[in-house]
Parts: sequence; structure tokens; C-alpha cells
Amino acid sequence: MRSKQTQVSDRSKGKAGWGLKSAAWFGVLYLNLPILFIVLYGFTTDDASYSFPPPGLTTQWFAVTWARADFWDAFWLSVQVAFLSMLIAMVLGTFAAAAMYRFKFFGKEAVTLLILLPIALPGIVTGISLRSAFALGDIPFSYFTIVLGHATFCIVVVYNNAIARLRRSSPALIEASMDLGADTFQTFRHVILPNLATALLAGGMLAFALSFDEIIVTTFTAGQQETLPIWMFGELSRPRQRPVTNVAAIFVMIITFVPILAAYYLTRDTDDVAGSGK
Amino acid sequence: MTQTDLARPRSLSNSLSTFLYQRPRFVMTLLLVPPLLWLGIIYLGSLFTLLAQSFFSIDDFTAQTIYEPTLATYARLFTATNLNIIFRTLAMASVVTIISGIIAFPLAYYIARFASGRMKALFYVAVMLPLWSNYLVRVYAWKLILAKEGAIHWSINSLGLGPVLDWILTLPVVEGSSLSTSYIGTTLTFVYIWLPFMVLPIQAAIERVPRSLLEASSDLGARPNETFRKVIFPLAIPGIAAGSIFTFSLTLGDYIIPQLIGSSRPFIGQAVYQFQGTAGDIPMAAAFAMVPIVIMAVYLAIAKRMGAFDAL
Repeated sequence: MRSKQTQVSDRSKGKAGWGLKSAAWFGVLYLNLPILFIVLYGFTTDDASYSFPPPGLTTQWFAVTWARADFWDAFWLSVQVAFLSMLIAMVLGTFAAAAMYRFKFFGKEAVTLLILLPIALPGIVTGISLRSAFALGDIPFSYFTIVLGHATFCIVVVYNNAIARLRRSSPALIEASMDLGADTFQTFRHVILPNLATALLAGGMLAFALSFDEIIVTTFTAGQQETLPIWMFGELSRPRQRPVTNVAAIFVMIITFVPILAAYYLTRDTDDVAGSGK
Repeated sequence: MTQTDLARPRSLSNSLSTFLYQRPRFVMTLLLVPPLLWLGIIYLGSLFTLLAQSFFSIDDFTAQTIYEPTLATYARLFTATNLNIIFRTLAMASVVTIISGIIAFPLAYYIARFASGRMKALFYVAVMLPLWSNYLVRVYAWKLILAKEGAIHWSINSLGLGPVLDWILTLPVVEGSSLSTSYIGTTLTFVYIWLPFMVLPIQAAIERVPRSLLEASSDLGARPNETFRKVIFPLAIPGIAAGSIFTFSLTLGDYIIPQLIGSSRPFIGQAVYQFQGTAGDIPMAAAFAMVPIVIMAVYLAIAKRMGAFDAL
């Protein structure tokens, strides 16, 4: 069954020329080879310069990193910030997407722009705006000021995923559900939510990643606290133990690899749900 | 379970449902108010604070902000040094956007039209993994690669092409002692970091082209090349415009990459950072931050006309 499926889709997709194929592979290698260098330099015995090829290989940096309390503090702060930002973004982003999909109203374009703005404007603008607002309002920097900034630019990610899925799903499904006697909540629970769930989850994961990675806005909203990226930035300017940063990076990559795959499988098949085409 | 749900006579939830169904405007308000409050108060509020700050000035002697409206800060903004910074950043953002587009398009096109099954999964992960892994570490990866003792210099020297690279590094705009201190390095890193933001919208735009359109095109006698030029590419333009919003804007505001990789000549982001941090001159930092806002306002207006907002 599986092979039949592949055959069919292969036929309808056609074959790419070698030029296109190599250009695509070039892009993929460009995007991924540098990550291998991070891994490689995590094992190097040279902790003060970037010599290539590495003079020797060792696993000692893994133990060194594991024992560093400051690494774990930064890591857990980042996880907490990203999780809370993700939750806020998921609620607000879904609300916005539902309203924008379902209704036409005056000023709709302005609302689209407002949602898009935090990610369309350079991060430094968001960062310095928030900082000057906190300064003017005498708000002390804390865990919550970081979340405030992160959630703001995460909304758009969830919104994009949700509205893309809504636009792709057929209004006929909702009408059919209503015709069959389901009320608003039942339709939401049994038709809209299952249809939307994977897109929301994927959007939420992207929001989590965005927040987990963020350094530019965070530098302005964090005060003394160190999220993982800020901790790493500090590590970069230290002259010794450079591979510790690499080990931290490898650790983070392994942890995020699972959700990426999950997000992919979550959004992959749903485009072709029966009856969902317009 | 579902049956009992459906068979239940008018319950509270049922009447509430009817109530909501009959008042779509109320539902709309209910849905819109939380996100609008959040973005309106926290985000727009902050932006206006920033705008207000840019009309204040700083006392040269006490380094205290004087809270009186003035255009003095803006007058100080347009000096030759600052205009150079703005021009340099704009040039970098444009170059990065163009190169990203050139590299991203074939990749996105291949993923959307030709890859299937396992291959598609592989490509998807190959684009998403860099996007997910830590931004700073990826910049750092390029510092490793581009360093004088690093992999690229090493491979080029092993191939005996060292003199060629050295000659390139002496060229007027490029100039730097190694790739990691030249604009080549900065550009390579910027493109690498923002590339996924360009790939994804283009891929989405191409995937959205209905197959029937392509079939119609070939039925009407167009060769694959013509179909590409006249059907696929025009429909991918909103995706390219959407991607370019990210690559352009992100490059405009970044201060980490040019700080770690490249010559020491500053970009807008670094200037803003220094004014607010070391110099403590918040009005000047605010005025400087207005520059990318104005640039992005113009850029978004153009992108919108190209249909970028529908491709996001």
C-alpha cells in the first residue's frame, strides 16, 4: 500500500533536473554543515582557539558542562520563559486567528498589521521600546518582563499556523456539523478543534523555539537574569573552556530535534483530510 | 458519549450556544479583545514610549534626560557618521535578502514540487533544524568556520588557493585580515541564519498553487519551462516578498552577528545598543531605532502590494 502511494505521488510530482536538484542540495548543505562544526568542536582538546582540524578529541567537556550550575540555571529559566510565552501566545494567537478568519470588520487590515508588527520590526526596536517603557513605568526587570517581550512576538507564529489551517479547511464541515444538530461548543469540540489541533501544536512548538532562542529582545528586558542564549553569549567572550558552549549547543539541539519531527508529522497529513478542500 | 451530547435537551451549554450563535459581533469582540489588548498596550504602548523618548534630549553635562519636546536629537542623528551606519546596514540587508532569495528559491521549489515521502521529510527537517537550533550557537559556528585557523581558510590553503583568498580579502569593500573579520563573513552568516525564513514562505506559496492550474498550463501547450515562468514563479512572488520581510528586517536590527563576525564598523543595531547601554543616551537610541521602523514601514507597504501578507 505504501509503495503504491509513493508511486502515485511520484508520478504527479514529476522529476527535477540535475541543476535544480544540486541547487536544492547546496541549500540544504549550507544550512546544515555548520551545525556539524558545532558538534566537532564540542570534542576538541583545543579550548582557546578555533584550529581546524582539531588537534585532538576528548569527551571531557560534557562532564564539565554537566557540572556547571550556571548552565542549568540558565537552561531552566529559558524553559520556563519559553513555556509561559508559548501558552500566552497560543491563547492569544488562536483567538486572533479565529476572529480574523470568521469575521469581516472595519480596521481588519490594521489588526493584521498589528499582529505582524512585532516580528516585522527588527528585534532591537521591540527590545528598546519595551525597555524604555519599563524604565518610564518604573517596572523592575524580572522573569515576567522577559515573558512579556517573548509572548508579544510569539503570537504571530501561532496566529499564522492557525489561520493557515482555518483557511484551508472547508466551511462546509462546520455547516454540516451544525445541520446535523451540533451546537457551537460541540462543533468546536468535535469538528474545529480536531481540525485545528495539530496546527496549534505546531505553532506552539515554533513559538517555544522562538522564545528559547531569543537573545536580542531579551538583552533589553532581562536585567540581571540569564536565559540560555544570554549565558552562551557571556561564555563566548570567555577566553577558556570554549567547547562548553558547544556542548550546551549539542544538548539543546538533541532536545529540540524531537519536537521538530513531531511538528512535521502533526501538520503533514492533515492538508488532505477528506472534505477539507475548498 | 457523543450521542448523549447531541440528544440532550436544551441544556445550559445549549442555550449559551444559541445565545452566542445569534450574536456573532459579541463573539468577535470576545475573541479580538484579549490579543488586541495585549498587543495594543504592551507593544504599541512601548513603541509610543520609544517615539516619545526620541523627542527628548540629553543634557551634555549631567547626562540626564531632559523631558522637553525637541528636535535636537534628530538633528544629531543626521551626521555623516550615522548616515554611513544607516547606509551600510541598508546595503547589507539588501544583499542578504537577495542572496537568501537566490539560495532559497530552488530549495523551496524542490521541496514543494518534487520531493515526496521520506525525501520531503528529510528536507523539511533540514530546513527546520537550523531554525530551531540556537541562534547564537549558529553564529558561533560560523566564527569557528571562518576563523583564520578555521576550516575554510584551511581547505582553501590545502587546495593551494590561499593567495587568491588573500587577494579577495584586500579588495576595497571586503577588506579584512580573515574571512571572519570581513564583510564576506558577515554576509555569509546573515544569509545562513535567515535562510529558513525565506525558504518556508516560498515553499508554502508554491505548494498553494493548485495542481489543476499546472495541468491547464500544460494542456494549453506550455512547456515545463513556460509553466514555471508564467504560472509558478508569478504565484511564488508573494512568498518571496513575505520571506524578504524577515530577512530584511532581521538583518536591519541584528547587532549580534556584526559584533561577532565582521569588521568593527557598526550597524544600526550596534549603534542603538551602544547609545542606550554604554552611552546611556536613551533619546538618541530611540531616535536611531526610528530609522529601521521608518524603513520597515516603507518596506511593508511595498511587500503588501506584492501580496506578501496573504502568503504569511
